[in-house]
Amino acid sequence: MKQAASLPSPRPRFLHCGDAALSVELGDGVDRRISARVVRLHRHLHAQPLPGVIETLPTFRSLLINFDPRETDPASLADAVAAVVGDLPDEPLPSRRWSIPVCYHGEFGLDLDEVASLTAMTPAQLVECQASVWYYVYMLGFLPGYAYLGDTPEPLRLPRRTNPRTRVPAGSLAIASSFASIYPFENPGGWHIIGRSPVSLFDAGADEPVLLAPGDEIRFEPISPQTYEALHRAGVRPRLLDGAAQ
Amino acid sequence: MTAALAVIAPGLNVTVQDLGRVGFQAIGVPTSGALDPVMLRLANWLVGNRDGEGALEMRFSGPAFEARGDVHLAVAGDGAEIELMSPAEGRSPAYRSVMVPSGQRFRVTLKGAGPCYLAVEGGFNVQPVLGSLSTLAIAHLGGFHGGALQAGAVLPLRLARPALATELALRPPKFAPAPAIRVIMGPQDASFTEAGLKTFLNQPFTISHLSDRMGLRLQGQAIEHSGSFDLISDGNAHGAIQVPGSGQPIVLMADRGTTGGYPKIATVISADLPMLGRLPPGAELRFKAVTHAEAVEALRAQDALLAQLKASVTPYRDANEELARALLEENIISGVADAQA
Repeated sequence: MKQAASLPSPRPRFLHCGDAALSVELGDGVDRRISARVVRLHRHLHAQPLPGVIETLPTFRSLLINFDPRETDPASLADAVAAVVGDLPDEPLPSRRWSIPVCYHGEFGLDLDEVASLTAMTPAQLVECQASVWYYVYMLGFLPGYAYLGDTPEPLRLPRRTNPRTRVPAGSLAIASSFASIYPFENPGGWHIIGRSPVSLFDAGADEPVLLAPGDEIRFEPISPQTYEALHRAGVRPRLLDGAAQ
Repeated sequence: MTAALAVIAPGLNVTVQDLGRVGFQAIGVPTSGALDPVMLRLANWLVGNRDGEGALEMRFSGPAFEARGDVHLAVAGDGAEIELMSPAEGRSPAYRSVMVPSGQRFRVTLKGAGPCYLAVEGGFNVQPVLGSLSTLAIAHLGGFHGGALQAGAVLPLRLARPALATELALRPPKFAPAPAIRVIMGPQDASFTEAGLKTFLNQPFTISHLSDRMGLRLQGQAIEHSGSFDLISDGNAHGAIQVPGSGQPIVLMADRGTTGGYPKIATVISADLPMLGRLPPGAELRFKAVTHAEAVEALRAQDALLAQLKASVTPYRDANEELARALLEENIISGVADAQA
């Protein structure tokens, strides 16, 4: 994936996704300002729903609009979206900031030593480097609560593992290229596992099943195996540090 | 005391499905729902349920149960039957309801290729998760404990005893196999060469045995990309046909991940999704590009067919005399099985 060198005009591009979905592209590239436009359009359509729209799904640079083709059609939706997109503010979102504890020790950081050696760092330097940045939530997708986080500091950017694992434990913190994510469930995975978080990222029974939202920022907080065990037993969720309430 | 079905044999990946989980794709939750929503509706109508009540979806190998309490149920799906095992023996075909008395053991036999649905009157007593009963096994979500049926499980029903006074039947539907699966091109048809687009629209593809509720993996002549096959991930519509680097397409079905970065050459139209869900591994299919207007016309035609089928649901009395006699002869006393539980 590439970073946008400069932002194209906010003029939306519409792509047909069958008879019941329309994709609205608001830029080209993985970029926080493009992401903010997508999130703003998503929120706008949530607050002021268009007739026939069932739900919308924000991604890096596009919004997927799911609709009932008996009630509306892509041309009407494109007109309605084009009419509001220009009025959305083109600036970063007011961010909420979260802390997510991660244990990088021993068995939790399955690939920590390997990544350290590939990046010519000590494991301690690697952890300091990774835990020193504010990660941005670009989108939630693929699986419930799975957040695409960026941007991993330059020195830590590696291609995916050549041999994907068939089982990656739930809570694993994984990195690949400029991204990072925490696996909400045990899954196969091809990213580098450098730690594990005791937080629950998806709780189907909660009022808000997923706390992280696109536009939020998070920081990883290194913890000991003892703290991991205690927090895991307590069943904690991401902790809000500050930021605008929504 | 509520009625229940005790699982004697779990079958193969039998899960509760309804018409899907709406409104949570933005937090990464797939829609799930019945692979064949037409058959799900038929099964529900036969026991007096609403369209989208949760039913058991099964394919290739059906489950076996013991009724705990009298249970009104029906199966819908090509080649499905209720086979009474003991104490009564007999068969009840698909597309009609049957009252299974307490203590009776039965199984669902499947001879067709498509998914079949077992609905019980009033529905199964499971809690909706995020507004739906549908099971998403990969996230342990919905249905019975978030996964496929397990031997020994007891599935509680909402009704303590049957409420419908009569049995219901409908005209078994005949769905002609489509000459081609209809698609609307895009969203990323521009990521393919002219030759690649021709391959997609002119060549046959075979459904692989690796297909599941997430996607139908197709095998055929490789579809040629014009550039990168690793794009910026975007939303996956139901029926989107993604083409990874291998050039072998995957049709994204009910349990698809909400987002993905492979180019999506085309999207199956809504009206053809149930039929696609019915095609078995090994089946050959072709794609045909249509316009949005043609897709909507096909959807309205399917709505009309469904309305006709719903109108054809009628009470029947004597159509299944032999089975009724068999059940009566066994003189099964309601409630015995409950007492043993």
